[in-house]
Amino acid sequence: MKPLIMPFALILAATTAQACETVTLGDLTIEHAWSKATIGADRPAVFYVEISNRGATDDALVGISTPAAGMPMLHETVVKDGVASMPHSMTIPVPAGQAVQLAPGGYHGMLMGLSAALKAGDRFPMTLTFEKAGKVTVNVDVLPLRAEGPDCLDAGQ
Amino acid sequence: MRLRPLQITLWIAAILATAVFAWSRWPAANQVSSEASMAFEPSFALADGEGNLRTSAEFRGKFLLVFFGFTNCPDVCPTTLSDVAQVMDDLGADAGKVQPLFISVDPERDRELGLNDFTAAFHPAIIGLAGTDAETRAAAQSFKIFFEREADPTAPDGYTMSHSPGLFLVGPDGAWLRQFSYGTAAAEILSDLQSRF
Repeated sequence: MKPLIMPFALILAATTAQACETVTLGDLTIEHAWSKATIGADRPAVFYVEISNRGATDDALVGISTPAAGMPMLHETVVKDGVASMPHSMTIPVPAGQAVQLAPGGYHGMLMGLSAALKAGDRFPMTLTFEKAGKVTVNVDVLPLRAEGPDCLDAGQ
Repeated sequence: MRLRPLQITLWIAAILATAVFAWSRWPAANQVSSEASMAFEPSFALADGEGNLRTSAEFRGKFLLVFFGFTNCPDVCPTTLSDVAQVMDDLGADAGKVQPLFISVDPERDRELGLNDFTAAFHPAIIGLAGTDAETRAAAQSFKIFFEREADPTAPDGYTMSHSPGLFLVGPDGAWLRQFSYGTAAAEILSDLQSRF
């Protein structure tokens, strides 16, 4: 399987050198904010991001808001006993000294009520609200529908 | 070292308990393995995006890669269909041997939202199917999978679907072959398929 990974990684790097901005808020570092192109505006979009907490105090992501969607919510995909469900997640813990990922198959933002379809290459602002650190706004890059995530190695991040 | 009578009694009790436990588990374990190895033929009769009835029988001769999902699903479904699309691309000249199917577990809403533009956004080879509720239940049962509508005031239209997120492989003779669990890498699915041609 190893030999297959390299060419694929190179293709990703060549096509999606985005979503590599890093924003800090106190002890929190927020990076790799990305979304996927949507099929029309009637289906929800997704929001993924990486948050790391270098501090000594636990924090939590308690909300997201964006002009791109009327009803953005935090969810978690849970696969239990062979069944996937998507319970609404009120808060996503960001423990001291740890990193949390909103990533395919786990925590994610579900963006309902899109004002317009998202197209690859689009960029929209997303405000994250943390229990303790407060609010911060990041730019979210829209990657192609089939993207598995941003690749930022070539961007020096 | 000499064992006191109490210790001896305890040892005997422990050994007996272990034996009874093993004996009681034995038939259950046997039953599970024979069930898993028992061949079965999933079947379905469901309308495609144009409203034409498609049945499992018409796909004999091809491997079927079947995913049950719903088009409003933001995370699991797009991730799996992206993997399916990658597999279809990587199959190259062998792509004609495999038919990927997306079976809606939320057929009414998916027909309204549009089934074909959803599947086409991932790969033109994927056929989307959305039957009636009864047809959908029958199809899911024949694949031995689970789905359920769950009330969720925070979801679009006030509900979401929980469902088995696996990808199911059916052979050219119509027999169920295996499941790829959610998150199986496209490369792994590809090499499994190639080993069967």
